[in-house]
Amino acid sequence: MYRPTPSIQRVNNIEYIDRHSGPRVAFYGTRFKELTLPVGSRVIYPNAPMTPLKDVKAAIRHALSHPHQMEPLFALLKPGMKLTIAIDDISLPLPGMVKPDIRELILTEILKQCAEYGVEDIHMIIAICLHRRMTGPEIRDMVGDKIYNEYYPDRLYNHDAEDPDGIVELGTAEGGHVVRLNRRAVESDLLIYVNVNFVPMDGGHKSVTVGLCDYKSVSEHHNTKTMHKCHSYMDPRHDKSQLAKRVDLMGQLVDQHLKVFHIETAINNKMFGGPLSFLNRPERTWSTFDWAKLRASNAALERMPEAARRGIFEKVKAPYGVVAVHAGKTEPTHKRILEANFRQYSVPVKGQAEVLVSGIPFISPYNVNSTLNPILIQVMALGYLFNFYRNMPLIQKGGVLIITHPCHEDFNREHHPSYVEFYHRILNISKYSPDISHLEHELVNNPDYIHMYRKGHAYHPVHPFYMWYWGDAGRAHVGQVIVVGAENPRVPEQLGWKNAKSLDEALEMAQGVLGKSCPQVTMTSAPPIFIADMEA
Amino acid sequence: MSAQQEQKQTQQEGQDSNSTKVVDHSTSARRAAFYDVDGTIISSNVLHPYAYYAASAPTISGKLGRLFKLGASLPIYALAERKGRKLFNDMFYMNYKGLSEDRLYILGQEIFDNLLKSKIYSEMQALIRESQAQGVKQVLITGNIDTVIAPLADYLGVDDWVANRLEFDQDGLATGNLLPPIFAGPEKAYWLRSYAKEHNINLDESHAYADSASDIPLLCTVGYPVAVNPDSRLKATADAHNWPIINTKSI
Repeated sequence: MYRPTPSIQRVNNIEYIDRHSGPRVAFYGTRFKELTLPVGSRVIYPNAPMTPLKDVKAAIRHALSHPHQMEPLFALLKPGMKLTIAIDDISLPLPGMVKPDIRELILTEILKQCAEYGVEDIHMIIAICLHRRMTGPEIRDMVGDKIYNEYYPDRLYNHDAEDPDGIVELGTAEGGHVVRLNRRAVESDLLIYVNVNFVPMDGGHKSVTVGLCDYKSVSEHHNTKTMHKCHSYMDPRHDKSQLAKRVDLMGQLVDQHLKVFHIETAINNKMFGGPLSFLNRPERTWSTFDWAKLRASNAALERMPEAARRGIFEKVKAPYGVVAVHAGKTEPTHKRILEANFRQYSVPVKGQAEVLVSGIPFISPYNVNSTLNPILIQVMALGYLFNFYRNMPLIQKGGVLIITHPCHEDFNREHHPSYVEFYHRILNISKYSPDISHLEHELVNNPDYIHMYRKGHAYHPVHPFYMWYWGDAGRAHVGQVIVVGAENPRVPEQLGWKNAKSLDEALEMAQGVLGKSCPQVTMTSAPPIFIADMEA
Repeated sequence: MSAQQEQKQTQQEGQDSNSTKVVDHSTSARRAAFYDVDGTIISSNVLHPYAYYAASAPTISGKLGRLFKLGASLPIYALAERKGRKLFNDMFYMNYKGLSEDRLYILGQEIFDNLLKSKIYSEMQALIRESQAQGVKQVLITGNIDTVIAPLADYLGVDDWVANRLEFDQDGLATGNLLPPIFAGPEKAYWLRSYAKEHNINLDESHAYADSASDIPLLCTVGYPVAVNPDSRLKATADAHNWPIINTKSI
C-alpha cells in the first residue's frame, strides 16, 4: 500500500509541499479528491480540537447561576410569569452533534429551574428566521425525547416570519433600521436564548434580532450595500463588518425593550467521528490504514448514487466537545464565547495566496438533510470559505480560487423551491447583485413559496437572493473561480465560473488569469473550520 | 360575462344559465391561480359525489342498483383512467343517466355540506387566501360536474370557476353525456389559454395546481406550476422540471 512521504517543511499549522510530499485530500461534495500540489505550495491546517469541558452539565449550571451583568437565572424566574425560550436551529453545528445536543442539556437545566420556581407558561421557539421549518424528528433530535414529548407542537414550535399576527414592530434603531420581532417573545416577561456559536458570525445580538425577526427587518442588513462592506463576516468588529454593526445596533434596541437572558456555548472543531475521524487530522499523521479507509470509502462512494452518498454522510454525527458555556447579558456573554471561538479557530498566516485551493464539502448551514444546490455551492465558496479570515483575505485581490465539487443541478424542491427560479431565471438577468436585488419582491410575493415556507419546510423565497449577496464580497475580490471536476459544466457557467477537468488544468488556467507562470498556491485543509489571522 | 357564462350561452342553449354561478370580483388581476379540484383542493374524487347521488336515490332498488353498478365498475374505471381521462369521463358519467337535473342541483349543496366540506385541505384553503391577498385571481378548473363544484367555489370565495356539465334531455333527465368542452387533460390547458387572453392574464406570471399526470398540459401552460399531492407520473415530471411540490398530507 502506497503511503505518502511526510512533508519535510512545516511551521505550526502550515505545511510546505516539496518533491517528497504526497497528495492532499480535499472534499469533493460527498466524495474526496486527492490533489497533487506544485512544489512550493503551502497547506494550511486547522488547530487540533481544544480539550472539552469535563462536566458540561456542571458548566451549564455554573453559567446559569453566575451570569455576566445579570442576576442568576433562578432570581429572574417568578411564578405566573410568561417565559419564552428561543433556540438556535439545526443550521449549526455542522454536521449535527452526537446526542445529547448541547441545546438539550441547557433546556433540561432551564426547565428544571422553571419547575422549581413555579414557571408554567413556557413556550420554546426555534429561531429559524427565514430558514426552513425544522421537522418534528429534527426537533426531537435536538431537544431530546422528554422535552419533545412534553412540549411539541403546542409549546415547542418554529418561528414564523410571515405570520401577520405573530410579528410586532419594536421600533427603529439608530441608523433608521426597523426592528420587528416574534410577538410571543416580545410579550414575554423574560426571553431566554439558547445558542450554539459555531462560527464567530453567530450569536450575540444576531441570535434574537435576526433569529426571531421577519423579512422586512432582516432586509435592513441582508442587502447588497451591507454585504459589500463586510471584510469579513467572521470578524464582528464594527469597522470590519457592517453586517455585525447593523445587527448590534438593532440588538441594542431589542435589549431596551426586552429582558433577554443569553446562554451561549462554544464547541471545539472535532467535526468527524466514527470511520471518518482521521479527517480531523493532517494527512501526514494518517496511518496506512487511514489511507486505505479513505480510498476504499471513496471507491465505494463513487459507485453509489448521490442520494445514497448523502445519506451516509448525514448519518455520521460529529463528536463535538463543548469548550465554553456563558450566560447573562448579550454583549458580555458573547464577548467571552467569541474568545473561545477564536482560540479554537484562529490560525496565524503570513502572506496572501495568489491561488487558493479548497474542497467544498457535502454540507452547508442551509442544506442539512438536503442537497447542496448550485447557489449553496456558490455560498460555500465565496460566502464561507472566502470569509474565514481576519484582517485581509487569504487570497489576494484578483487571485484565483480553485474549488473541487461535482456541481450538480440538484435542488430539493421541498426545502429550496425558490432557489430553482433564482438559479434559472434571476441569474440569467444578471449575476451582479445590485442589478437583481430589486427583483426580490417577485419571489417574496409568490404565494406558493410563502405557503411552502409557512406550512411546509421551504426556505423563505428571498433566501437565494441572500445567498447570492453573501458571495458578493468574495466575487468582487476574487479574479476567477475555477471548479475542478464539475460533472455538469452548466453549473459553473451559470455561476460565472470556469470548469477544469483536473487541478493541473485549473492551475494552468490560473496562470493565464494571473499572467505569471509560477503563482503562489495555498490550499486550505478544511473542514474542520479555521480562521486565517492574516498578516501581510 | 365570464368564460363559464359564455360557454353556457353558446353550448347549452335553452338551459338555465343561473345553474353555474360565476363571481368575478377581481377586475384588474394580471396574475391568476388555476386549481384542479379533486385531489388538489379536496381529498375526494369524482366517484364520491356520484356515490352520494346514488345513495340518495328515492327507491331502495334504485340505490342498490346504482351503488352495485358503481362498485362493479371500479376496476374498469381504473383501467380507463390509465388509458386517459377522456375515456374515463365518457364511461363514468354514463352513471348519471336518468338522474333529474333538479335533483342534481338540490343534492349538490347537500353533497358539499355533508361530504366535501370536511375534505377540503386546510393548507390549500390557506394558500387560496394568501394568494388572494396578493391580488391573484383565483380560478377553479375541474373535471367534476358543475352541480357539485358550485357550492365549493362559493365557499372558497374564488373569483371564477369552470366545470364539466351534464347534458339533459327534454324531460330534464341526464343523458349520461357531457357537454363540450369536456374538461380533461389538454382541454383544460386550451380553455386556460383562451380564458387568459380574454381576461388579460399574464400566464408567465400565473400559477396552476394539480395532483394528476392528466393535468400536466394545464401545469405546463403557466409560469409557476405546482404539483399538489402528485401521483407517481406527475411527481416524475415535477422532479424532472424542478416544479415545487406541496404535500398537504405531510404538512
